Amino acid sequence: MSDTIETLEYYFSFPFARYALIVGLLIALCSSLLGVTLVLKRFSFIGDGLSHVAFGAMSVASTLNFFMLRLTKDDVSENTKGFARKVIELIADTNNMIVVLPVTLIAAILLLRTGQNTKIKGDAAIAMISVGALAIGYMLMNLYPSGSNNSGDVCSTLFGSISILTLKKSDVKLCIIMAAIVIGMFILFYNKIFAVTFDESFSKASGVRADAYNLLIAVITAMIIVLAMNLVGSLLISALIIFPALSAMRVFRSFRSVIICSAAVSVICAAAGIVVSILFSTPVGSTIVAADLAAFILFSTAGAFIGRSRG
Amino acid sequence: MSKKVVCRNVSLGYEGRIVTEKIDFTVNSGDYLCILGENGSGKSTLVKALLGLKPQVSGDIEINKEGGSGRIGYLPQQTQIQRDFPASVREVVLSGCLAGCGIRPFYNKAEKKRAADAMERLGISELSRRCYRELSGGQQQRVLLARALCAAEDMLLLDEPVTGLDPKAQTDLYELIAGLNKKGVTVIMVSHDVNSSLRYASHILHIGSRKQLFFGTVSDYENSRAGKAFIEVEGGAEDE
Repeated sequence: MSDTIETLEYYFSFPFARYALIVGLLIALCSSLLGVTLVLKRFSFIGDGLSHVAFGAMSVASTLNFFMLRLTKDDVSENTKGFARKVIELIADTNNMIVVLPVTLIAAILLLRTGQNTKIKGDAAIAMISVGALAIGYMLMNLYPSGSNNSGDVCSTLFGSISILTLKKSDVKLCIIMAAIVIGMFILFYNKIFAVTFDESFSKASGVRADAYNLLIAVITAMIIVLAMNLVGSLLISALIIFPALSAMRVFRSFRSVIICSAAVSVICAAAGIVVSILFSTPVGSTIVAADLAAFILFSTAGAFIGRSRG
Repeated sequence: MSKKVVCRNVSLGYEGRIVTEKIDFTVNSGDYLCILGENGSGKSTLVKALLGLKPQVSGDIEINKEGGSGRIGYLPQQTQIQRDFPASVREVVLSGCLAGCGIRPFYNKAEKKRAADAMERLGISELSRRCYRELSGGQQQRVLLARALCAAEDMLLLDEPVTGLDPKAQTDLYELIAGLNKKGVTVIMVSHDVNSSLRYASHILHIGSRKQLFFGTVSDYENSRAGKAFIEVEGGAEDE
């Protein structure tokens, strides 16, 4: 036991491990807050779809990087080279966010719009955008590889296994700011989010601007997904969104208690996942998801017992 | 008696197609209006127009704001989402007060009081901590009715409120609504059920597949051609 604590102390003396813990817990908290709403609105798969869009956007960013890099070596005017260098710097400074965030935002708004009655139904639209973005992203990454280890790059983007441990201080700052915005907005609009999720037509009829709040939910969702890309990668984001909400809903019966429980479950699972991944050197993202899965099984069992004793 | 809702020569439709036209009726304060009509006759389109969710194609709809909030408490048909939604009764009822909040993020004391009063009126105070999805159908409708009362105290618009309830719960709900109406709440109800409409309502609006077939008091309706035909078909079918 004391060995374990020593190992942990040793690891957390490195800033990158502390950064990973901070970022991991914040992302887990944000995604679980919104997860309840998304699951109840039947948008469980939006996380999946948007994360693939974010993956596609990320590969577009690295392709852009690739071309700009070539431009600086080409025989072109000094002005063009200066422009290319600026673009490269901008992409590197913001860790691809400058491309990924706006693209994901637009996709989120489009997807939540199609959730209402349009020609292509919600689930089909999500599947289409999700697979399309994944394909384009993978194709671009293969055509214009950014490093020598291409399949490793793809794998880490999809499963986020390494990138969490390569966070810079600026990444952590960005993450804290975005998490603060998400949590703040969620608390301020908590009652509105509840009303719009529970009954959209009633809210509209009594004069609440339901469309505006749906848009807000879309924007927050996109922000969380872009944030979570770093932690678990784009394939496992759905798990962070769905599992804590479903676990909490097995046991608790009011909206507020479900939200609080889901946040707690998510944070505890993320912490456990990160610690285990350090101790046993397992990939971070999938370890967190495995912890979430274990929590879900636990809560389901508890829920079944509670249900039986009440019935 | 003050006029609450006035519809003049209203045409309804969607995507450029007119479903029904020449709708004319007036709802006075304290009335109990039942809107009857076959499926696809435009009943739900009329509801949306009254609520301001979807504009009418032509004609005027006036909602009188004097002597009341000018708002309509709406009881929509239940959605699939609500059947497994984890929410306590109190949370659902309180959400009816939301429109009065504006940009204020949380409910104030007056709104909490209003929610408690509405629950008291509908006899669901003791359920306030229970989970909405675990209630019976009749209890759920009472909760939604309390929420509608929070949104607007003087006028309710109910969209087929008894759908899916067992006969006993249907009767209870009708009695409850009639009780609210006697205390001065104006009620507009979309219904399939001709017999109950005739028993409880004061006025009937009957919409046909293309146009309005009848508007007037219940006793006039029973003697009208549209009424006789409809009562025979629908009422007869339900007696079997």
